Amino acid sequence: MNKIILILKREYLTRVKKKSFIIMTFLGPLLMAALMIVPVVLATMQNIGEKKIAVLDETNWFIGKFEQDENMQFHYVFDAVDSLKKQVLQGQYDLLVYIPRPELNIPVNAEIYSDRQIPLNVSSYIKNTMRKEVETKKLLASGIDPDVIKSAKATINLVTIRLDEDGGETKSFTEINVALGLFGSILIYFFIFIFGSQVMRGIIEEKTSRIVEVIISSVKPFELMMGKITGIALVGLTQFLLWVVLTGSIYGVFMLIYGVAEGPQVLTTESAMTSSAESMLPDMNNEALTEIIEVVDAINFPVIIGSFIFYFLGGYLLYAALFAAIGSAVDNEADTQQFMLPVSIPLILGLVVSNFIVNNPEGSLAFWLSIIPFTSPVVMMVRIPFGVAYGELALSMALLIAGFLFTTWIAAKIYRTGILMYGKKPGYKELWKWLRY
Amino acid sequence: MQSYLSINEVTKRYANHLALDRVSIEIPQNKIFGLLGPNGAGKTSLIRIINQITAPDSGELLLKGQRLHADHVTQIGYLPEERGLYKKMKVGEQAIYLARLKGMSKSEAQKKLKVWFEKFDILNWWDRKVEELSKGMQQKIQFIVTVLHQPELLIFDEPFSGFDPINVNLLKTEILKLRDQGATIIFSTHNMASVEELCDQIALINQGEKVLEGEVNALKEANRNYTYSCEFYHPVSNWQTALEKLPLELLESDPLSNKLKLLLKTDSSLNSNELLRMMLPLGELTSFQELLPSMNDIFIQKVGKTTKSAGDE
Repeated sequence: MNKIILILKREYLTRVKKKSFIIMTFLGPLLMAALMIVPVVLATMQNIGEKKIAVLDETNWFIGKFEQDENMQFHYVFDAVDSLKKQVLQGQYDLLVYIPRPELNIPVNAEIYSDRQIPLNVSSYIKNTMRKEVETKKLLASGIDPDVIKSAKATINLVTIRLDEDGGETKSFTEINVALGLFGSILIYFFIFIFGSQVMRGIIEEKTSRIVEVIISSVKPFELMMGKITGIALVGLTQFLLWVVLTGSIYGVFMLIYGVAEGPQVLTTESAMTSSAESMLPDMNNEALTEIIEVVDAINFPVIIGSFIFYFLGGYLLYAALFAAIGSAVDNEADTQQFMLPVSIPLILGLVVSNFIVNNPEGSLAFWLSIIPFTSPVVMMVRIPFGVAYGELALSMALLIAGFLFTTWIAAKIYRTGILMYGKKPGYKELWKWLRY
Repeated sequence: MQSYLSINEVTKRYANHLALDRVSIEIPQNKIFGLLGPNGAGKTSLIRIINQITAPDSGELLLKGQRLHADHVTQIGYLPEERGLYKKMKVGEQAIYLARLKGMSKSEAQKKLKVWFEKFDILNWWDRKVEELSKGMQQKIQFIVTVLHQPELLIFDEPFSGFDPINVNLLKTEILKLRDQGATIIFSTHNMASVEELCDQIALINQGEKVLEGEVNALKEANRNYTYSCEFYHPVSNWQTALEKLPLELLESDPLSNKLKLLLKTDSSLNSNELLRMMLPLGELTSFQELLPSMNDIFIQKVGKTTKSAGDE
């Protein structure tokens, strides 16, 4: 046991001191923070520079209907289309909106000319304005006052509330749960792959540098393997926690600087970070915002973070043992391919299926995949934000523990033979033999 | 004599070949014991069993009368034939790590390492990465790490490969010194010259079986083939016809103007005094010596024979 700790310490310290670890530790949060911050910054940097827009309206329906703002300046012109096009090319106008006389009574066509790519918000503004105008005119023609329609419009505020067994009620926001679940499962997927393959590479390195025989004359092969696996697990946890702390503080600092200037904007972006759906609700009032905050507060973060750590460790231990077995069986990384494929398939399957499970987190596919240890770490993370029965969670966790004990047992058998084998590229038949030594 | 390590009827079988077939060897305390054998004979398998890297299928090992136990690893130092170090780790850090795996404390390891590094004049490598060192330099560090925890039993598998002659000598001196300080040493090699120079006793393994065991000198005696070398000053002119009448075989002759060198072979019916008497009339005898077989000869003779008989089966 004492020796496992010595090995663990070496594995941990050599990796944590590596430049690549330090770079990733700082780069990761920067990237993550950028993911949250960039949309905010982009949202506030809407002004793409002022556009001078010429409007040639042969229908006369829209004169004065396009409103000027800091981005768009509308000039209503009456000229030949061709000469206006020339003017666009010469740079007198950035855009030409040409609304030709319609064949029927109602104008339905328009053309935009520009010598550059047309910003999406400009074209959609023009389209929407025209649509509204036409609709209003049509309503008036049918004898309906558009104001009546306006006042008849209703907004429905749908709040889903979860009932749990002890009679509590929790407001839930599906979008936030979807985002949280997918984020957690993707993170677990990457962590298992990144740190699992570190185990594999570490073992191949020990094998090719031939230090392995020196070490296993002092410690049991199993101790060496477990020391390595647990050491790298701690590297993973360290990285994860540093990311959480650093991302949090970068985001916090950013909000402090930006938030003071922008006021309520902050709240919208805060929810945009957890759910992209928020960007669709730009004109939400403060009441809705406080509601979101309420929902975010209602999310069971201790359970989510706790189960993230559990499923990361469990899934990692299960797969790291398999990666260790692969590393011990081969002489170099190029030979790992044939064994990597079957090991990575359940992980990839879990990730792919997650996208469907999000829509139906209580379905039988979701249930089974979150129980089977090979897919449960990735799939269960998707389900947890939606709430999973404690019995199910316990079963899944117990099976995951049993799963990693099983793979570790298998891996230890392959490992102790594999690390002393050189020169031949083993097949599955060979591995099967090693299992039975 | 109490043996330090008894190997009793050890058998090890791999998937489809027998690596060791009921091998029994007694390794005496405080001696350098040569473990010899051609490639693939089973030496490495046996060494790995002694190091508890693998377990025998049957048979047992007794260390000072005790069944081999996991705690014994701290009393064993092993320098494998396939050896290496972590390339990216610093020399000193790595040596301390390996020493601690053998159960030494950090401060003790550090103290002893400094002594050895000074002795080998490599103290300035302490903070260098292993990958910056030459192969010979790495070997030195490995040797130090092997002996650092002052094990009672040292196992060297081809310790001299990769060393230049100066360092081979340095190592030989250290190995002899370690024996004189009380260590028991198992020495596995193909280099028969170093066996004669260092080993007190040997065992020869071939195809998983022990074919020979004993003290180096006794083995040479036992395998004597009655070969003598004689040198004469002013030999008689008819030495050739005189020899033909004698009951012996002339292997080589080297006549010079006033000197003669002969290499003769007899058999067990003739003892050396009788032979000496026969030689006296041939000239002024200046040198008379029985040539015992070298370990190299014995090795080739024994291994060649069994390999041949195995081939006949």
